[in-house]
Amino acid sequence: MKIKIQTEDFDAGTEIKQLSNGNLQVGAIVSFIGLVRDINDNAKVTEIVLEHYPGMTEKALVKIVDDARARWAIVDALVIHRIGRLLPNEQIVLVAVASAHRRDAFDACEFIMDYLKTHAPFWKKESLGEKERWVEAKVADEALIERWQQKKD
Amino acid sequence: MITILYFARLRENLGQASENLALPSNVKNVEQLRLWLQQRGDAWQREFTKNDIRVAVNQEMVKFNAQIKDDDEIAFFPPVTGG
Repeated sequence: MKIKIQTEDFDAGTEIKQLSNGNLQVGAIVSFIGLVRDINDNAKVTEIVLEHYPGMTEKALVKIVDDARARWAIVDALVIHRIGRLLPNEQIVLVAVASAHRRDAFDACEFIMDYLKTHAPFWKKESLGEKERWVEAKVADEALIERWQQKKD
Repeated sequence: MITILYFARLRENLGQASENLALPSNVKNVEQLRLWLQQRGDAWQREFTKNDIRVAVNQEMVKFNAQIKDDDEIAFFPPVTGG
């Protein structure tokens, strides 16, 4: 498992290749990349600043990946999340999951991303030209978590 | 002593990121700490009456009835918005 919080950009190709490197049981890798959008809630975003809770962030992400491992047959997983100042179109987050078969990797990748959005202590502040505002959490993201909890029962 | 951390909107509106505090004798859980902090003035009253605030004790998200004790690290923050 690789969990990294960093200011610098990442190369998804390199990271994904490393995830399966030398591991012959890997038959599938699913990855997700989140980018900074230029429009949010009908306003033009010029840049964002990502803040986090050092220490807790890493623990929260390890727990999310561990929870995914308990539900699906995962060979390995990685989460890279950037912090600091980011411009529209820049990469924010990479989640990649390697498994023997595709279904486990698809589901686990989505699960990790849904929990990251609602349980990992990151906060986004948007600059809209002269103005700044904290991004509000979306109710729809919480609903996605309930869906995973129901599936478990 | 306890350590209290404030993040994002709370850090800005309260004008501080962290503090060390002798645990007030009548504060046994997070809810009691929240009420205690509310009494510090206007900005504190405003932030700590908002019903969206989240709390972590020793870096794990907990409910407001969670117990707190000496040496704990308690963090208050708005709902998370990463990813």
